[in-house]
Amino acid sequence: MKSLKILLLHLCVLVIPESWGAEVNVAVAANFTGPMEKIASAFQKASGHKAVIAYGTVGKFYAQIKNDAPFEVLVSSDAETPSRLEKDGLAIPASRFTYAIGKLVLWSAKPGVVDDKGEVLKRGAFQHLALANPKMAVYGAAAVEVMNKLGVAAALESKFVLGESITQAYQFTASGNAELGFVALSQIYQDGRFAPGSYWLVPTELYPQLKQEAVLLVKGKNNAAAQALLTYLKSDAARQVIRAYGYEL
Amino acid sequence: MFLSDSDLQAIWLTVRLASIVTAILLLVGTPIAWWLARTRSKWKGPIGAVVALPLVLPPSVLGFYLLLAMGPHGPVGYLTRELGIGPLPFTFWGLVLASVFYSLPFMVQPVQNAFEAIGDRPLEVAATLRAAPMDAFFSVALPLALPGFLTAAILTFAHTVGEFGVVLMIGGNIPGVTRVASVQIYDHVEALEYAQAHRLAAVMLMFSFLVLLALYAWRPNPKKAG
Repeated sequence: MKSLKILLLHLCVLVIPESWGAEVNVAVAANFTGPMEKIASAFQKASGHKAVIAYGTVGKFYAQIKNDAPFEVLVSSDAETPSRLEKDGLAIPASRFTYAIGKLVLWSAKPGVVDDKGEVLKRGAFQHLALANPKMAVYGAAAVEVMNKLGVAAALESKFVLGESITQAYQFTASGNAELGFVALSQIYQDGRFAPGSYWLVPTELYPQLKQEAVLLVKGKNNAAAQALLTYLKSDAARQVIRAYGYEL
Repeated sequence: MFLSDSDLQAIWLTVRLASIVTAILLLVGTPIAWWLARTRSKWKGPIGAVVALPLVLPPSVLGFYLLLAMGPHGPVGYLTRELGIGPLPFTFWGLVLASVFYSLPFMVQPVQNAFEAIGDRPLEVAATLRAAPMDAFFSVALPLALPGFLTAAILTFAHTVGEFGVVLMIGGNIPGVTRVASVQIYDHVEALEYAQAHRLAAVMLMFSFLVLLALYAWRPNPKKAG
């Protein structure tokens, strides 16, 4: 009996939260993982609220939110999904804003593979080219658009390996399994420095603008922490972090 | 048309993958199961645990390390390059190798149980009748363990059909090569093509049910089989 009491006491200690600030459940697009980690910890320090984050693909988040997932804020990789949620009545109208504009890079973990004009795509002397699945990821669709504009899409299609998200496209390339891949600049750029390897910063006129929007979801309507997070995302401190990862604003 | 061409292609690829993996595992898994069932070695525990590992490891973890191991900097990647096979990720045979590893316990454990259920007696009798160990294995142990093999083969096949995380990590989603049915359904869902996802999922559901029905309906009475 005594040991049971001690056990219960221990369990109580385990479930007591660290701080008494509110929590906000956030769904965050995979390409924004790096900056979001930093923003979330700065947000917690500044506000006392805690952001509980799920990273993933926006298509999956959409299906989950439609089916009553407990997300209160969506930090999306596109503009389409937040506006669709708004039409579905699952997001708060007028809470939507562009928090970053993404950049596409052709990158190889090996030096000397990718030249700074993207000529490597025309030569096609490689086995695998990684990209995010264009059917569901805006970065993948942008990569295909670039190859269409360069007139190499049809020739390269048999070399495509598709990641379910931009994170996976990065994994395929970083592990060397694909010699090169289209990734998000935020994945290989931080504080003014590029990851080792070789890259081509794709000119922005070759693909449609990668506007990334955040939106307050209906579940977060009455949560002060959710509002605070969105406000924080617009703050100078957050914008500085976002820019440091190579996003435009 | 009920299913699109790409859906049919994914189904065909899945069936091909599962059949090949089942065939390979019948050859590879049987000796392992036999050894595990008969040995008194101190290695029985560790080897049995390694065989069972894929049951415990999350497929995404398994897939990630297979990706690294098979990649140009990994040990398997080094081996395949030296052998002139080339890298395995994003290829059909890469999926086969990964699935063999992933489905190993589903083959080994039922067969091992079947072998253990036979006990020493029938094999001792065979020995007194001057059957060589190999002869005893093929003419006594194998026929007695047949129900175990049937269970193992169906489970292995079904488990490979249901594989997703590992394929996602090392497949690269190439139509006709690595885009199996489970990945195709995931793609439909992610692209919000729910109608197509429902149709393909319904086919998978029917298939799984029939396989399991076959397993439970045709499994011989254990009293007779034992």
